[in-house]
Amino acid sequence: MIAQERVQVRAAATRSRCLLFLVLGVLGCLLAGCGAGSCSSNSITLYNGQHEQTTDALVTRFEKLTRISVCVRSDDEDVLASQIKAEGPNSPADVVYTENSPALEYLQQNDLLAPVAPSTLAHTPSRYNSPQGDWVGVSARVSVLIYNTRLLTPSRLPTSVMQLADPKWKGKLAFAAGETDFQPIVTSVARTYGDAATLRWLDALKANAGGHIYPDNETITNEVNLGQAAIGVINQYYWYRQRAQVGASGMHSAIAYFAPRDPGYVIDVSGAAVLKSSKHKADAQKLLAFIVSAEGQQIIAHSDSFEYPIASGVKTAQPETPFDKLRPNSIGIAALGDGATAISLLQKAQLL
Amino acid sequence: MSATTVRELEPPAQPLTPEGGPPASARRRRTPRLLLAGAALVGGLLLLPLGFLILEAAQDGWSTLHPLLFRSLTATLLWNTVSLTVVVTALCAVIGTLAAWFVERTDLPGRRIWAVLVVVPVGIPDFVTSFGWKSIFPSLGGFGGATLVMTLAVYPLVYLPVAACLRSADPAQEEVARSLGLGRLKTFFRVTLAQVRVAVLGGCVLVALVMLAEYGAFEILGFRTFTTEIYTEFLSGFDAPAACALSLVLVVLSVFVLAGEGLSRGRGRQSRAGGLAARVPRPHRLGRARMPVLAGFFALVGLALGVPVGAIVYWMLHGGTSTLPSVSILGAAGHTVFYGAAAGLLATLAALPVAILSVRHPGKSTMLVERSTYLVLAMPGLVIALALTYFSERYAAGFLYQSSAMLIAAYAIMFFPLALVAVRASVAQAPAGLEEVGRSLGRSRLEVLWHLTMPLVAPGLAAAFCLVFLEAVTELTATLVLIPTGAQTLATQFWAFQTNISYGQAAPYAGLMILIAAIPSYVLGRWFDRLPSRAVAA
Repeated sequence: MIAQERVQVRAAATRSRCLLFLVLGVLGCLLAGCGAGSCSSNSITLYNGQHEQTTDALVTRFEKLTRISVCVRSDDEDVLASQIKAEGPNSPADVVYTENSPALEYLQQNDLLAPVAPSTLAHTPSRYNSPQGDWVGVSARVSVLIYNTRLLTPSRLPTSVMQLADPKWKGKLAFAAGETDFQPIVTSVARTYGDAATLRWLDALKANAGGHIYPDNETITNEVNLGQAAIGVINQYYWYRQRAQVGASGMHSAIAYFAPRDPGYVIDVSGAAVLKSSKHKADAQKLLAFIVSAEGQQIIAHSDSFEYPIASGVKTAQPETPFDKLRPNSIGIAALGDGATAISLLQKAQLL
Repeated sequence: MSATTVRELEPPAQPLTPEGGPPASARRRRTPRLLLAGAALVGGLLLLPLGFLILEAAQDGWSTLHPLLFRSLTATLLWNTVSLTVVVTALCAVIGTLAAWFVERTDLPGRRIWAVLVVVPVGIPDFVTSFGWKSIFPSLGGFGGATLVMTLAVYPLVYLPVAACLRSADPAQEEVARSLGLGRLKTFFRVTLAQVRVAVLGGCVLVALVMLAEYGAFEILGFRTFTTEIYTEFLSGFDAPAACALSLVLVVLSVFVLAGEGLSRGRGRQSRAGGLAARVPRPHRLGRARMPVLAGFFALVGLALGVPVGAIVYWMLHGGTSTLPSVSILGAAGHTVFYGAAAGLLATLAALPVAILSVRHPGKSTMLVERSTYLVLAMPGLVIALALTYFSERYAAGFLYQSSAMLIAAYAIMFFPLALVAVRASVAQAPAGLEEVGRSLGRSRLEVLWHLTMPLVAPGLAAAFCLVFLEAVTELTATLVLIPTGAQTLATQFWAFQTNISYGQAAPYAGLMILIAAIPSYVLGRWFDRLPSRAVAA
């Protein structure tokens, strides 16, 4: 019995020695830094809230041109903004690039951004730049209706975002209350009709959407395309991207614009900024300058992201409604702010 | 008799020697300082996330939190979360227990094969299961969808301990009951269920805690719970107060789960007589029930395993193109395995002092330390990542921030309770008497630990490692915040493609995750197989 136990113990001791080697191996590997990212202290770090399609194309070309290496960290723009705030003066980020202006305005209000070089700002029309000059507008997109072409005909579509509150859309509407792209529409509706009417409108949307309140625009696009929902509100480029992925034959949906100047007809501006805490400010400014240069804007104009270039006079090369043919609401960057009003309204409607 | 008095009357369930009696000097021995310090350090680290939540909440003040907490959304989320958790836990308890009983105690055809197939779904990440279902059945969602998918994804957490318990439980009790004229069904309910009760409860607690912290599966299925809402609040608010307020509610919920389990565990007696007399029981004849039961097993495995794996294969063959840039799947796999393995090691090592302390030196304070570590299981990964960020930036000038080391530490914290469960079970199995003999022969405490205790608990350590590794391989939200810039894991890359509706590109990442997870799942299955029932119950 004891002998047997001893044999067992010895066998187990061999096993535990193997375990020890495994521990040492992993620790050694850890100290040697394997498993770490591909970033060196010379490279600049880009916190990317923009779609990776766009960023990847821009960064690749920039690295080739300047020999400055760029480390990209991609996540939702709000996570990145919160992260930068939490990181404070130690933030590893040099440049932040977001899908929407409120994230940048939030960082600007927290005094975390460095001024953008005036020559860079000059590439973009000033109405699409930070009012304080702390970030530069890069590209734009527009909010539209998406509808399933088997379930709806164009003549039955609403012309205003306010009409989506009509009970006739019950069970048919899809929207993404938690998505940052939806907040500018809420802000715009509140600016036109006031907070009380906006809250009633949100309540009605919530009732109409029922189980079709989705986490993001990609899901709305996919679900409307599949016929799970009949109609939804998205930014135009999600539809074009879906088409690029599944081909025209796989599309059973179409997009439609709201009536000119409707509060739901909003231009969202994507922008980039250099962080105040950056230790590579010169290189970081070069990246910003490149993104809004004619060459950078051409990449956006031709890329699979289907955004509208807005700087250096470049126009989109994709077959979509030209930017200057759009008739959006007049709401500007400053009025969109950091989105706090929209968030508070969404919380009151129990959507957040 | 109230629950407490019963518990006080009972001898401590732990630790037990192989002879079944309590160890001679477990209580009287002085608690070694080194052990205490180790356990305290681990306990302290695990309380960091809770500390972060309280600090954040205190900073925002009651006037900010009050309107965020007491509104109808909280009630909706509470209802969604609690009702789903209760229903899924109950379903898992029924399915897991029945499946275990059929496999272990009846003449079900192909028992050995079913024993493997029924466990495999534990290695499939929950969000991959829901991706599989959702991509094949787009209309799936809501409460029904979430119930279906989560039950299929997590029932093995009940099956594993119950099967192990049944395998080693004394069959004589059932036989006695039957010979005394008790019917087959009554025997099952009165005797068999009583034997496995503690194992079922243990499994249910794991299921409930997993349900509270689940994110990816519910996000895909469009079902709002506290965890998805915490993430959404955080995503759309920049500021954390609302997310922190909801997280605190989640912590309270998990305290209820743990307290409920503690109470119900203490209310009964462990129905085990005799020592390790695990003899093979004569299997029950299924008779005419054979075909329906077999059909049930085909359905269970088909739904839990066939659908997700089938969906992955389908999308790999039929997936369209993606507009997303392509990345190296091997690089992502390398990072995944490295982070997961390191986290498994770290969590297992950290669990050792806590497990030894709670088994060898039981007491109110050691139990409190042990139980409090379970709280992190119900905290969303994002909260843990933010807590580490907060403390690193606030008090250490960003030391180790976004390094591999910090990501590994985050995993180890998040999944520490899983490691503790396994390590504790093996420490409880190792006879304390042997250690005392070692000490009396003049070996130092560390020598005894290394030469005697470690080898004996090695299988449990391996199981702990595997459990943590499994979870870390599929972790998503903390990874996104803490991973070194430029690195990717299989989970982050799967998620990027999945949210972009690039199913064809997402599928290989899901497939590779399942392959990587298959090995530790197999090891785990073997470990549970060989574990005596009382250790599982611990």
